[in-house]
Amino acid sequence: MRDTPSRRVLFQVGAVVLALLVTTVVLIAAKAPPLAAFANIVQGAFGSWDVTSNVLVAWVPLLLVTSGLLLTFTVGLWNIGIEGQIILGGIFATWALRVYGSSGMSPTVVLILAFVAGMVGGSLWAMLAGALKTFGGVNEIFGGLGLNFVATALNIWLIFGPWKRPGVASMSGTLPFDQRLWMPTVTPQSMLSVPTVIIAVAAIAIVYLMIQGTYFGLRLKAVGKNAKAAYILGIPTWQHMMASFALCGLFAGVAGAVQVTAVYHRLIPSISSGYGYLGLMVAMLINYKAAFAAPVALFFAALNVGSIQLPIVLRLDSSLAGVLQGTLVLFVLLGHGVRQRVLKKPQVVS
Amino acid sequence: MTENEVVRSLAGVLAAAGPVIFGVTGETISERAGIINLSMNGTILLSAMGGFAVSLSTHSLALGFLAGAGIGALVATVVAFSSITLKQSQVAVGFVLALLCRDLSYFLGNPIMGQMGPRVSLLPIPGLQHLPLLGPLLFTQDPMTYLSFILIFLAWFFIFRTRPGLMLRGIGEKPAAAYVRGANVGRLRYFYAALGGAVAGLAGPIYSLSVKAGWKGTISGLDGIGWIVLAITIFGGWSPFRAALGAYLFAFLQWLGLVLQPSLPGVPSQVLQVAPFPLMILTLLLVNIGQAEWVERTLARMPEPVRRDLGKLLRAMNVTPPAALGTPFEKD
Repeated sequence: MRDTPSRRVLFQVGAVVLALLVTTVVLIAAKAPPLAAFANIVQGAFGSWDVTSNVLVAWVPLLLVTSGLLLTFTVGLWNIGIEGQIILGGIFATWALRVYGSSGMSPTVVLILAFVAGMVGGSLWAMLAGALKTFGGVNEIFGGLGLNFVATALNIWLIFGPWKRPGVASMSGTLPFDQRLWMPTVTPQSMLSVPTVIIAVAAIAIVYLMIQGTYFGLRLKAVGKNAKAAYILGIPTWQHMMASFALCGLFAGVAGAVQVTAVYHRLIPSISSGYGYLGLMVAMLINYKAAFAAPVALFFAALNVGSIQLPIVLRLDSSLAGVLQGTLVLFVLLGHGVRQRVLKKPQVVS
Repeated sequence: MTENEVVRSLAGVLAAAGPVIFGVTGETISERAGIINLSMNGTILLSAMGGFAVSLSTHSLALGFLAGAGIGALVATVVAFSSITLKQSQVAVGFVLALLCRDLSYFLGNPIMGQMGPRVSLLPIPGLQHLPLLGPLLFTQDPMTYLSFILIFLAWFFIFRTRPGLMLRGIGEKPAAAYVRGANVGRLRYFYAALGGAVAGLAGPIYSLSVKAGWKGTISGLDGIGWIVLAITIFGGWSPFRAALGAYLFAFLQWLGLVLQPSLPGVPSQVLQVAPFPLMILTLLLVNIGQAEWVERTLARMPEPVRRDLGKLLRAMNVTPPAALGTPFEKD
């Protein structure tokens, strides 16, 4: 059999069906009604405008980190440290709001400063992982993981120490910022902020164009395909790796700033909400192709938000969303392998 | 602290390092065969939950441990299948499994959360337990801790002193040469990946049936251990003795964090618990930096005596991974 686009789609559909089947088996094993659980997730994600707007709230940071990760994946790097980069983005944005919030500057300027600070924070943390890799020979996976734990500790120390609420420090985070410094939302109760949606869409568009249409993107691809060959052809290899780390951290930092300024309005211990690891899954699922990032990230965000009420309605753990996402990515990866084994590449007719 | 308390605490450190030693030894076996099993964090959580669930319903500790080993072997087989048979990235599949198994353990373990289950009891060795110092330290432990001591020597002996161990190293270093010598590289890699997964899978029940008995979902405190295991495997230079040293160092640091807690009231406990992680980065830096080009260049410019000693020091810390680690083998 030949490898044609339609057969490729068939394999993707097959992966989705298998993932649903396995999740169903897991649900039956947990003595839970599968159909009710799936219906509950759909209801929880699209049942009302309120929950759907929450899906978009989750979509923004997820799309931002996925955009950044596409750059590090293009150059052949596994930026697992992305979680820490989101956290540092949140910390730096909080710092900017604390310093300039009461300085009399207009709130718009302060918020822009907070986003810039978030970018700097995420970028610096990513470059630390990059420097460990380039100059210390520390594999970016382990350096990044270690830095994630350090970032978490730094965050908790700030919340319980220097930035603690007046009176008693708690896991609920720092004191909320003045309302003037909240990102504008569609309604006063909603967490959905249109400017952040625009930023996220712009981010994935920029990354798409950068990879598809610029020499920089081409060089990143060359380094990713074969670093040694790229080096011999005169591409400064480690500089490109470092640049992709810095840019990825920048996007992660924006995600952290969004979490702080638009969603929580304060710094909380779990400010990254696992979006970094989820972004890695999204990037793998779309086979590192920027064109599919937005819809797949939306789907993953819907699963996350849709499963929030599972514990209340069906007494199930909300980690069901992770089970479904994980099996889906696993079967898509395995599907690539099976396809390459079973199907031949179509003959090029010249 | 009295001398007695110190000894008892150190005995606790040895016991706490037990599961880490199983994890690191399992990963070392797998990586020696050329397969990186990055799923370790999920494997340990799922086997901890599964082992506890099985023990809870069967009232058998042995079946609980067996279940943990089985889960570990199964997850490792998925990694092996995707990389050996399907030629997919081990890192990608391992990472997905790390997250998937973690979520599976939280989801399936939800109903048994917080239940009281069976736990392994201490088994003092008659005659040896009353030795001064060594008795309470080494010979008043539970059976799995004794096994962790034995495992270190067993793994070292197998890898470096037996013919199958030589073949194991061969398929991870030079699979083509091992193939020429008649080894079925694919089948051996499957076997050692599953074996390593089974050994590492025992780490889970050791937590849930002994060291941190019970299953408490996200607050079990096991999330992150698997990543540490992977880092210690590198620190250990794929050698069981050095890996065990890393495991003991890690357990000691975690204990130290707890001990120092009362004297540092301003520092939340979560901060001290991560103390091993920056240290992990630092050690990885130390074991790898000798290979960096700029270090070699800097060394070359130094005066001879300094260069010789520094170079020797860096080489002593330096470790090199199995040459074919993470790469598929094609016989052509």
